[in-house]
Amino acid sequence: MPITYYIVLSIVLFCIGVVGVLTRRNAIIIFMSIELMLNAANLLLVAFSKMHNNSAIGTANAATAGIDGQLFVFFIMVVAAAEVCVGLSIIVMMYRNTHSVDVNFLNRLKN
Amino acid sequence: MSKLVYLVPLFPLIGFLINGLGRKSLSKSLIGVIGSGVILASFAVSLGIFFEVKQDGFQPQIIHLFDFIKVENFTIPFSFQVDQLSSLFLLIITGVGFLIHLYSTSYMHNEETQHYGRYFAYLNLFVFSMLLLVLGANYLIMFIGWEGVGLCSYLLIGYWFKNNNYNYAARKAFVMNRIGDVGFLLAVFWILSKLGTLSYNEVFANASAFSAFDVTAITMLLFVGAMGKSAQIPLYTWLPDAMAGPTPVSALIHAATMVTAGIYMIVRSNVLYTMAPTTQAVVAVVGLATAFLAATIALKQNDIKKVLAYSTVSQLGYMFLGLGVGAYTGAVFHVMTHAFFKALLFLGAGSVIHAMGNEQDIRMMGGLKKYMPITHITFLLACLAISGIPPFSGFFSKDEILAAAYEHNKVLWLIGAITAGLTAFYMFRLYVMTFMGQFRGTHEQEHHLHESPSAMTIPLIILAILSVVGGFVGIPEAFAHNAHALEHFLSPVIVKSTETVHHLDTGTEYMLMAISVGLAIVAIIYAWTRFSKKPEIAEPEGAGKFLANKWYIDELYDRVIANPLVALGGFLKNVVEKSGIDGIVNGVGRGVNYAGRQIRLMQSGQVGNYILLMVLSMVLMIILVFYGNNLNPLLNYFSK
Repeated sequence: MPITYYIVLSIVLFCIGVVGVLTRRNAIIIFMSIELMLNAANLLLVAFSKMHNNSAIGTANAATAGIDGQLFVFFIMVVAAAEVCVGLSIIVMMYRNTHSVDVNFLNRLKN
Repeated sequence: MSKLVYLVPLFPLIGFLINGLGRKSLSKSLIGVIGSGVILASFAVSLGIFFEVKQDGFQPQIIHLFDFIKVENFTIPFSFQVDQLSSLFLLIITGVGFLIHLYSTSYMHNEETQHYGRYFAYLNLFVFSMLLLVLGANYLIMFIGWEGVGLCSYLLIGYWFKNNNYNYAARKAFVMNRIGDVGFLLAVFWILSKLGTLSYNEVFANASAFSAFDVTAITMLLFVGAMGKSAQIPLYTWLPDAMAGPTPVSALIHAATMVTAGIYMIVRSNVLYTMAPTTQAVVAVVGLATAFLAATIALKQNDIKKVLAYSTVSQLGYMFLGLGVGAYTGAVFHVMTHAFFKALLFLGAGSVIHAMGNEQDIRMMGGLKKYMPITHITFLLACLAISGIPPFSGFFSKDEILAAAYEHNKVLWLIGAITAGLTAFYMFRLYVMTFMGQFRGTHEQEHHLHESPSAMTIPLIILAILSVVGGFVGIPEAFAHNAHALEHFLSPVIVKSTETVHHLDTGTEYMLMAISVGLAIVAIIYAWTRFSKKPEIAEPEGAGKFLANKWYIDELYDRVIANPLVALGGFLKNVVEKSGIDGIVNGVGRGVNYAGRQIRLMQSGQVGNYILLMVLSMVLMIILVFYGNNLNPLLNYFSK
């Protein structure tokens, strides 16, 4: 399968994420959109990593070739999980204070 | 001895520092001793140098002290030149300067201690600057001294700074001098750009490298400097106003220092001037015009110091006439004799003013002969000397200049001789109205009249002796062959121009002397008979009023130069500054303010907006990075 498909898929996912962040006001949905962008990048990393090492197929290293990019992705996932924890707890605190998860409600940094 | 020449300016500098810094803590007598003592020390060293220079076979020496400016292979050394000309000026400056200092210790005794110290500090600095001027071995060192005397004259003319008129006079002197200084500085730059050196020896040795235009322009610019410093038309008006300073200062400015700087500079540059006949003609005409103009103004002045001031301007005019016709020795000779009798006249006038309780108007004087015998006799001798009566010193020097003028052009001689007659007339008008007849002041003043203390009369007596015998160093060819000691002495530093080489035949010279002396004697007798019986009290009318108001030159300058400049200044201040410059400056501020207020609206506080902007700019950046080099295909793509 050509790399183009993966790239196009990633771009589509990323753009959905961007548009989501820009247009939605619900903090949770914005959060999901951010995750979408993150995963678009992840997908691209995995795809590039695998495709770049296509030449190794059929050799002794075939099993481990291109594995470093995929390892990055795992790291990103772990960090993203931690970030989700922080982000969700911020959203919970926000809801407790304002009884809303609308980000436009927080347009003043003071108060 | 000439190795010690640096001591000559060093002593007054030390005196300046001690008196200037210690003016609040030193006692008056100590200040006086230091102030005069340093000049006496300089005089002693100068005498030693003079006698060394006077020996036969003396070669001019350059005493190198340190490098003043050193850039790559271009060097201007701080060095002194000891030769006949500078050693003669050293003697005049320190000798007459010392007498004036001595006189000042008594004349200024009523000043507060602090101002007394300030006065002597300025006086010492003045002498220091003048010594630097005549000792420098290149035009730059001369320029330092040149500026120094300008500064000191400003400080001393404005010595009584509580009187605003005196401050204006000081400012006038400074501005006039600055105008001349510009000319001097331009000439220095011109020489530097053509020859790459400023030292006298190298400039004069390579003078043939100048084109005719160069040398004319340089000498003209130097002459502009001399006009300012030596009070020639059109920059002479500061000198009479310089009378605002204390009287000994006037003596110092007019006799020993400052105004002789211009003469010295031209004599020093005589190699260049001899190469530029056009400039010489201009110098002669300007000098003669100044001599005549100032003499006519002096006829109708009633302030004792003003008369002397205009007579100085007039005598300086003579010196420039001498320079212009190539009689460099004659000019230096007249500088010397003039230093004696003009210092004597000013100090005598100071003595009179002292006795009269600061009265300077000669209409309020008269009959001082019997109250102040020493002042009277010395003043009379000075008047005879300046009038050119043989055998007093003024006769010899003035006659030498007039004889040279006669050789050059008979019209110059005629006007010069008439001016000499005028000089005799106004000097004896002054003398008769001051010392002869009845006392015309108040009873109180008459009660206070007294001869001055010995610290004032001793300088008068010494100067009187010099005024009488000073002329014998320059006995003309007609009286005795090869008796002109001064010309012989100065011959190594002055190139003989063609005019002065061949002397007039004896008969002509006797005739010229007889005419000028006769004119002077007639003028003296006329002045004596006219003013001794009936002093001139009434305000002058008609032509006299025109002269009394100094040909309205000051008013003319005010109209033509000062007022338009003030108006231009007002225009720049009120219109260009207010609406132009201020408009731009305030406009920038207002523009920033307005832009800030508008751009502020972008900061909405909506996170979505920020992110949108962020994304858009990222997209823009990506486009620029990847397609920046060839945006055209992209634009073409979109436009299709």
